[in-house]
Amino acid sequence: MYKVKVYVTLKESVLDPQGSAVKNSLHSLSYHEVEDVRIGKYMELTVKDTENLDQRIKEICEKLLANTVIEDYTYEIEEGVAQ
Amino acid sequence: MKFAVIVFPGSNCDVDMYHAIKDELGEEAVYVRYDEQNLANYDAILLPGGFSYGDYLRSGAIARFSPIMAEVVKAAEAGKPILGVCNGFQILLEAGLLPGAMKRNKNLKFMCRPVTLRVQNNETMFTSVYEKEEEITIPIAHGEGNYYCDEATLATLKQENRIAFTYADNPNGSVEDIAGIVNEKGNVLGMMPHPERAVDELLGSADGLNLFKSILRNWRESHVTHA
Repeated sequence: MYKVKVYVTLKESVLDPQGSAVKNSLHSLSYHEVEDVRIGKYMELTVKDTENLDQRIKEICEKLLANTVIEDYTYEIEEGVAQ
Repeated sequence: MKFAVIVFPGSNCDVDMYHAIKDELGEEAVYVRYDEQNLANYDAILLPGGFSYGDYLRSGAIARFSPIMAEVVKAAEAGKPILGVCNGFQILLEAGLLPGAMKRNKNLKFMCRPVTLRVQNNETMFTSVYEKEEEITIPIAHGEGNYYCDEATLATLKQENRIAFTYADNPNGSVEDIAGIVNEKGNVLGMMPHPERAVDELLGSADGLNLFKSILRNWRESHVTHA
């Protein structure tokens, strides 16, 4: 078994209205060192042993988990998750 | 003319759409479930607004993999008129039948109110009954209607005159005030405002009715039998 951690965020080139609102809020709390905030999604997938795991995860991300028109994704694969 | 109103789990404007066709336009409307697999008997396909699959993951992201969507793609390829409103527009974007994507509204609020739209292109099968540059009042009701596409796509949309409607006063941050676009062939329209909620003065506006009349007129013109 594997645990796959998927992170989806808006592309750098795409304005993030939620991120801007949170950044403004942090500034109003006087955390002026915060230059930018990007809001994203975090997903955990528990995946059975399979061939071409890396390729399959990429497919899953591009088909469904991320909308690549506006979003980027990254993932980490952790091995040996106890059942 | 026979219209299919697609019903996804979580659609909530399907009844308005049905009413617009059946009672106001006076044509035939049939509800078609998301898990059906045949649209061959319909002349036009309507994807209504709502919150299909609870808007989980992204608006429209899960609905686009419903069994019926393969048939919607076929109907689009066959040149049938396909109208997606609000969540229906989001589903068409996710399905790749229209370019671009939706973001949260610029002010992060769900907005529900009448807005003024400008008819940018009155030469589509959805807008031919309107005047060019005509201003119409149609309600919006969405939290994620902030239309985004990259610059190359935007240039193509403009060049090919595929922006059907724009907002007179942009409520959500959409690029170039875009409220509705058509595909390359011109038979798929996606728009965030709800024409089906503006089909009778009793509802506050009847300006949406001409959209459905346009579809009907275009269909009749292309189905004239010359005796």
